[in-house]
Amino acid sequence: MSDFMTTYGFPFLWMAFQSVLLMVVLLVIVAYVLLADRKIWAAVQIRRGPNVVGPWGLFQSFADLLKFVLKEPVIPSGSNKVLFLLAPLVSVVLALAGWVVMPVAEGWVIADINVGILYIFAVSSLGVYGVIIGGWASNSKYPFLSALRSAAQMVSYEVSIGFVIVTVLMCAGSLNLSKIVLAQQTGLASAIGLPWLSFLNWYWLPLLPMFVVFFISALAETNRPPFDLAEAESELVAGFMVEYGSTPYMMFMLAEYVSICLMCGLMTIMFMGGWLPPFDFAPFTWVPGIIWFLIKSFMVFFMIAMVKAMVPRYRYDQLMRLGWKVFLPLSLAMVVIVAAVLMITGWAPGAA
Amino acid sequence: MILSALFFYLFAGVTVASAFMVIASRNPVHSVLFLILAFVNSAGLFVMLGAEYLALLLIVVYVGAVAVLFLFVVMMLDVDFVELRQGFLQYMPVGAMVGIVLLIELVLGLGAWVISPELVGHTAEPMPALEAMSNVSVIGSVLYTKYVFFFQVAGLILLVAMIGAIVLTLRHKEFVKRQDISAQVARTPATSIEIRKVESGKGL
Repeated sequence: MSDFMTTYGFPFLWMAFQSVLLMVVLLVIVAYVLLADRKIWAAVQIRRGPNVVGPWGLFQSFADLLKFVLKEPVIPSGSNKVLFLLAPLVSVVLALAGWVVMPVAEGWVIADINVGILYIFAVSSLGVYGVIIGGWASNSKYPFLSALRSAAQMVSYEVSIGFVIVTVLMCAGSLNLSKIVLAQQTGLASAIGLPWLSFLNWYWLPLLPMFVVFFISALAETNRPPFDLAEAESELVAGFMVEYGSTPYMMFMLAEYVSICLMCGLMTIMFMGGWLPPFDFAPFTWVPGIIWFLIKSFMVFFMIAMVKAMVPRYRYDQLMRLGWKVFLPLSLAMVVIVAAVLMITGWAPGAA
Repeated sequence: MILSALFFYLFAGVTVASAFMVIASRNPVHSVLFLILAFVNSAGLFVMLGAEYLALLLIVVYVGAVAVLFLFVVMMLDVDFVELRQGFLQYMPVGAMVGIVLLIELVLGLGAWVISPELVGHTAEPMPALEAMSNVSVIGSVLYTKYVFFFQVAGLILLVAMIGAIVLTLRHKEFVKRQDISAQVARTPATSIEIRKVESGKGL
């Protein structure tokens, strides 16, 4: 029995502890990311934003949480009850599951699997099921049509996200997220003989077009404005979430924000050097990696929030055109170009 | 060891049960959802075999894309499955025959390994251990060298199928006003605005 405990028991308990810790920290961060989103949006429109609950409205997200949880969940009588409740659960579990392979600092990762980036891609491509099941199970035509629109949108933009990931993989030579970050320790800055300018090493500069494509595709993939055609709160009611209220609705929104944070983290890892400091000398290298990771992720989130505040919503056919006729050829061409450059110059990392 | 056996039976059991539910459930949407469950559990079986790349590819390609399209079709089409089941007995012999042939092939193929275990090492491309080389590089080093011709041909077949589907369904209607994005983007104030002096009391 003690043998069993040392082989399986203690590693399992340790992993469970890590997972709970990550989840608690993540959910608290998500609560403040949500508040930051609303505050930034308000600031752009010269409003104050939420400012009543707690100092500067700092507890607004928790008040919203309590409000959602204490409300009565209404399940439409014509709906498919099991699937109706399963859909938000699927959304939120899949959104949280992506974080298990995310290295937030060197070695700070719960499951350091070989195919980490493919895992995140798989989990985010499953996110569409929450939407489509929720829309269908509501048994109402507006949620259903919205779910179809939203699912088509998510499937379309996954294609270009996949190609962007492929270009990064070719440069890094690994599918492991930690190794992708470590591959960004050397690059342009070391090539021009200024190794202390380590922010030039990261892939955002050589792969700048792909960074832009990934940023916009991430907005579309997570149904963020200007691509929030599923909800479009100023035009439609709430898209596939029309019939949802209280806790199930909150779970959809939570899943949305968790996957936005996941996309921010992924952009940080793939293009902005993850936990690496931007300058490779004394005061910067003292700062722990997790701080750099958080700062970079929040920078990406700030951009996403500003896009929401500034850019008008796309029309659906324009959205599809952008995905299939602009991003797909562009990212496909970049895959070929990056592969050719790596092959001709011999920069390609050796097969690992 | 006992744990891996436990997980094997968990994944295998759920796969078989959900595969049965795919053909047994009355609602076609439930069928597709059970199909997805079967895919995910087979991905779990792949992970247990050490084929993590294949497992995730199964999820990305089949669950993330193909099953979504299935779900689309099943939700959109008003298929009367009761009517489809009318010919069940009529088609059963053919279906049963296909199933039996498949079963015999599986038994023969896997039985050979049990009868003479040394055959396992004689597969065309024996896979190195996961610690020595990752799945991705193993598959890539075989797929893009030895089997590159078959790989390209498979790609071409898929391309032909895609073009065929587009050719069959694309209808170019005349008199339909289409948006010309490049013309819209190329517009400048000089080409689109005309400034006129209008005398007071007169129209244009």
